[in-house]
Amino acid sequence: MSFLELRGLGKRYGDIEAVSSCDLTVEKGEFVCLLGPSGCGKTTTLQMIAGFVPPTSGQVFLDGRDITALKPSRRGLGIVFQSYALFPHMTVAENVAFGLEMRRIGRGEREQRVTETLALVHLDAMTDRYPGELSGGQRQRVALARALVIQPQVLLLDEPMGALDAKLREDMQIELRALQRRVAITTIMVTHDQAEAMTLSDRIVLMNRGQVEQVARPYDMYERPNGQFASTFLGKANVFSGRSNGKSVLAGDRWFPVEGNIPEGDVDYIIRPEKIEIVDTAPLLHGKVSARVFLGNHWLFQVDTPLGPMHLTQPNTGMPATGEGDVIGMSWVGAHARVVASGTSR
Amino acid sequence: MTPSRNTLPFWLSAPSLLLTMAFVALPLVMTLSLSLYPYDLTTGIGDGMTLTNYRDIVIDEYFHAIFARTFGMAMLVTVICILIGLPEAYVLSRLSSRWRSVSLVIVLGPLLISVVVRTLGWAVLLGNEGILNNALRAIGIIDEPIRLMFTFTGTVVALVHVLVPFMVLAIWASLQKLDPATEHAAESLGANQITILRRIVFPQVIPGVLSGSLIVFALSASAFATPAIIGGRRLKVVPTTIYDEFLGSLNWPLGAALAVTLLVIVLTCSLAMNRFVEWRYRQVFQ
Ligand SMILES: Nc1ncnc2c1ncn2[C@@H]1O[C@H](COP(=O)(O)OP(=O)(O)OP(=O)(O)O)[C@@H](O)[C@H]1O
Ligand SMILES: [Mg+2]
Repeated sequence: MSFLELRGLGKRYGDIEAVSSCDLTVEKGEFVCLLGPSGCGKTTTLQMIAGFVPPTSGQVFLDGRDITALKPSRRGLGIVFQSYALFPHMTVAENVAFGLEMRRIGRGEREQRVTETLALVHLDAMTDRYPGELSGGQRQRVALARALVIQPQVLLLDEPMGALDAKLREDMQIELRALQRRVAITTIMVTHDQAEAMTLSDRIVLMNRGQVEQVARPYDMYERPNGQFASTFLGKANVFSGRSNGKSVLAGDRWFPVEGNIPEGDVDYIIRPEKIEIVDTAPLLHGKVSARVFLGNHWLFQVDTPLGPMHLTQPNTGMPATGEGDVIGMSWVGAHARVVASGTSR
Repeated sequence: MTPSRNTLPFWLSAPSLLLTMAFVALPLVMTLSLSLYPYDLTTGIGDGMTLTNYRDIVIDEYFHAIFARTFGMAMLVTVICILIGLPEAYVLSRLSSRWRSVSLVIVLGPLLISVVVRTLGWAVLLGNEGILNNALRAIGIIDEPIRLMFTFTGTVVALVHVLVPFMVLAIWASLQKLDPATEHAAESLGANQITILRRIVFPQVIPGVLSGSLIVFALSASAFATPAIIGGRRLKVVPTTIYDEFLGSLNWPLGAALAVTLLVIVLTCSLAMNRFVEWRYRQVFQ
């Protein structure tokens, strides 16, 4: 049995199905992200694991034990709240020591563990400050230290980077990842930022409208999305609807290449922008460049094609020869395309 | 910017400024100057300036007892109001929104009724032949009626009833600012409900408790109607004494001196308490 397991976990609020029958297993030491658009039920799922929201169906198992009915205070999980929820009337050290006090850990050991944990998050110099005197990033690290110091079985984080600016967010992501590796703690994090999910997680749990769409490693989910939602939520993608005969896909009046086994019938044909090449001979598709945007490390082209607007990107290896208004030929190999039955797409 | 626009705020605030001057500042100054006139039993208010009225208050043990009773009562009322108001406000803030509005009306309802009427209601309840004593006697808990009318206890009970809504409102306001996630955080760290209330919620609502206490303390130290009706002539407090000096003994200067002394002590106590609590809990005031 896995370390943490959700079995058919669901939550209804009256008529609203916030989370419907969520199944998930998490291994010890794994870093899992719950990713999805706003309102898809990420927080609700996390709160059900934490014990603050009672599920209307299903169970939560931790280390083989059913903890569904256990009070939050008895679960021994470390939680970092979106607002950090630091105790404003306590110093950094008192905040971190609180959980140890509740566990009746003696003063000597308590102080030692607080010092160690604050060193871990590089806050040793701030022990006597109050939360009101800290920056956003420092507050977040206090919240992290407060959750980690009790040596929880699982660390739960609800959009911990939400309040940080882009640069700091990147730094904190790298730091969090390194920290998680070092203390080898099972971690579940909620985010709606796909880049963050890819940077941090061993596996991504993609959610949409209260349902789990796909669970996969970041690379697998990016390369083999199981539907239109997954392909467009994680990175950019061009999606055509078409018909498959099992060997190739007909979209508009053209046949497109595929590789391996694909479903037959109505399908979505998915190709990532960076997999498309601009070619002069034997293109799969022609189109007229309607916009060219410089994005630093690459160029983004929007191309009007008979199948509708498409995106393609090229690495920035100098000023591209193609400009707005040019008609170009596009090509790609079947191995890079992904074909899913349209029923699975939403 | 043109000069006329610069003076606009002044003109706009002038009416209320004048009103404040006329009805607050002026009476205060007049009371202060009245308290400095000499008074003689036979000739009445004399000429000149003197501090004899204040000297009388400082040396006369009769006044000491009255001041001690007034402020002892005010402090006791404040403490009881905190003890009742804190849980009441907390429970209120945890109710569902429908029950909350119903309960708020019940809590604040008494404010809509005149203090005199409410106090007379307590007189009916607390009298020797009052409802409370009759009920207790009927059950057989007591043989003799408990004296509540014209006593310290009775007055405190009535004052608490009159003033507790102010405490609830003040604490309620600061509970609104409390991040409920801090309670969840404490719970996830293993704290039980009582610890959460004591260590997380209470320290964060200190500003509300303080402002509620200031209101309740000042209002009960200067309360007149309730001590006059429930306490009566037997249990004098400073405001009722002032009333008697003005309308009974006609010693206006002494009454004015008592009023000024009461004002100064209430102000000093309030400021000192404010300073102390703000210093002690400076973090939650940020
Ligand atoms: N207490 C509640 N009562 C009624 N509906 C609720 C309640 N809490 C959440 N919901 C609904 O459940 C759904 C999922 O909410 P949840 O907070 O889990 O979303 P989320 O994925 O965390 O979104 P976000 O990224 O915006 O935080 C939403 O449609 C929300 O309106
Ligand atoms: Mg959320």
